[in-house]
Amino acid sequence: MAEPLLTLTDVARTFDVSPPWLDRVLERRPRMHLKAVDGVTLSIVRGETVGLVGESGCGKSTVARLIVGLYEPTRGRIEFDGVVLAGAGTGGGAARRAARRGMQMIFQDPYASLNPRWRVADVVAEPIRANVPGIASAEVDARVAQLLAQVGLGAADGAKYPHQFSGGQRQRVSIARALSSEPRFLVCDEPTSALDVSVQAQVLNLMRDLQRRLGLTYLFISHNLAVVHHIADRVGVMYLGRIVELAPTRRLFASPQHPYTRMLLAAVPDLSMTGKARTAVAGEVPNPLDPPSGCAFHPRCPFADDRCRAETPVLKEFAGGGWVACHAVDEERLPTANVACPAVAIGGTDRQVRL
Amino acid sequence: MNAPLLCVSNLCVEFPTRHGTLTAVHDISFDIAPGEVLGVVGESGAGKSLTGAAVIGLIDPPGRIAGGEVWLAGRRIDNLPYDAMRKIRGREIGAVFQDPLTSLNPLYTVGRQLVETIETHLDLGPSAARARAIALLEEVGISAAARRIDHYPHQFSGGMRQRVVIALAIAASPKLIIADEPTTALDVSIQAQIIQLIKRLCRDHGTAVMLVTHDMGVIAETADRVAVMYAGRIVEIGPVADVIHRCAHPYTVGLMGSIPSIVEERDRLTQIDGAMPRLNAVPVGCAYHPRCPRAIERCRHDRPELLQVGATRAACWLARG
Repeated sequence: MAEPLLTLTDVARTFDVSPPWLDRVLERRPRMHLKAVDGVTLSIVRGETVGLVGESGCGKSTVARLIVGLYEPTRGRIEFDGVVLAGAGTGGGAARRAARRGMQMIFQDPYASLNPRWRVADVVAEPIRANVPGIASAEVDARVAQLLAQVGLGAADGAKYPHQFSGGQRQRVSIARALSSEPRFLVCDEPTSALDVSVQAQVLNLMRDLQRRLGLTYLFISHNLAVVHHIADRVGVMYLGRIVELAPTRRLFASPQHPYTRMLLAAVPDLSMTGKARTAVAGEVPNPLDPPSGCAFHPRCPFADDRCRAETPVLKEFAGGGWVACHAVDEERLPTANVACPAVAIGGTDRQVRL
Repeated sequence: MNAPLLCVSNLCVEFPTRHGTLTAVHDISFDIAPGEVLGVVGESGAGKSLTGAAVIGLIDPPGRIAGGEVWLAGRRIDNLPYDAMRKIRGREIGAVFQDPLTSLNPLYTVGRQLVETIETHLDLGPSAARARAIALLEEVGISAAARRIDHYPHQFSGGMRQRVVIALAIAASPKLIIADEPTTALDVSIQAQIIQLIKRLCRDHGTAVMLVTHDMGVIAETADRVAVMYAGRIVEIGPVADVIHRCAHPYTVGLMGSIPSIVEERDRLTQIDGAMPRLNAVPVGCAYHPRCPRAIERCRHDRPELLQVGATRAACWLARG
């Protein structure tokens, strides 16, 4: 396998969500910690797209923020392009800053991530000026025009303000800004979730073209399984701060192993399923402040046994490709996986919902 | 087919502004039979939510219904005075909106909100109303309803809140439910549960549903018929399987091609270039022609009406017969 560009080793991030000091003293309430990310190990090879999926609150955006350095990890090691950004053996400040220039982030909401008082050309030019101090303004202008053309906008669009653009065009501006520091790696946090499907298709096509032309590496975070299926080479499925399954896209969608992955895939409404009843899925994600013991998925899992309730499973290499963190898969006591597998039809009625 | 429960004909919604009158919904006609789910799909700004709001009489001024008629069970309701419309809302038409947190009052327990709705519309005493509220919560799949009824909205998760909102909508056994993006704010597994719940209610009570959403997958799973909207008009309407698999209008074709699938692998998604026109700059002729790959000269100045094409009706000059 090619040398990885980004490696996360057992990365964790805990947030202190304790009540205020006075409440703790008067009401004898304990400190509380939320494990947003709890031991994620992941490596991304140059030129590939890794998708990260999961429901709200599973920690996928926290992983993105840990990678780009918006949060410091509580534990674990992050290595990018040979430089350790966090954890044991952290590189020097200058080396880390230089390495960070190689990564950029695209955010979900193109309405909130662009300064409404800045012209688009200035938005795109800012990273260029910051990275190359003393660059001639003619050179900046040329580079901005080239970047705007690259994402399918005209050079005249640079003089406009963000409010003059539609959502899809704004997301193009965000992409142009992200590309302006010539990164090798883009962290995309739900880049198309705020867009309509036809505009989403434009942005996804653009991202794929740019990847081919510029040799970019993507970490693509989304809650939409169909989008991840389309764009990613490998997919990691997260549940309550952990990766429960990580596999090549084709393997994951053709034969999902972890019961949670099976459940997610069965829940996706698909156009070809017209008329068929969708698999019912029981339960909701538990409160991350008080996660279940053992495997966090066991209260919703139809295959859970005593071992699952007591012991947290770790990611193990799966014979069919990829990695799975599940005792039942490990012990080979799961029925053969299939997207439409009736074995995951949990009960059938939605009355069995846990509170 | 039964006589339609809801009949909308030539509905227009206008917004007078300083720069002239904007027509957000243009000459829309459709009907819904009892027990039927009509999906209304389209991108942001297509006018789908406004159509729902017009039916239930909730267009915010200065917006107004500028033309057309809305008939519910043989009675015209679009010209009713405010108080008469209030009696219909909740009693005969229930509504479910996208964000379950803003649809509920955070200061009252869900029980109080349910009981208030029940007492307003049905002739029940306090204890009977409470018993009905508990039965409703059980019906929408909230376990331990007798205990949960005294909880506040913030004590429920997103999916549970949406169940409470649905319980409120069906409290007076309305004949029609307008569901505006009921699953958009929810995670995929919860979305599956809510869709199943809506389908079960339709089946068990014969309630008609107008399901407004931008998610074609939700429509495919839930609706019997679907109307595709573009720039304030219906461009295609027909049985859901026909609209999805044998669509006639180029916009529907493009929309379907732009949806990524979890089964099929494609290198590129079909791309509809450009964006939906703004209301103050809707092109003459067919509103879709600047983005349409098959547009002909006639599309630029003549606007096509909905015509029968196979099993669906489509508004396109090229889609005849």
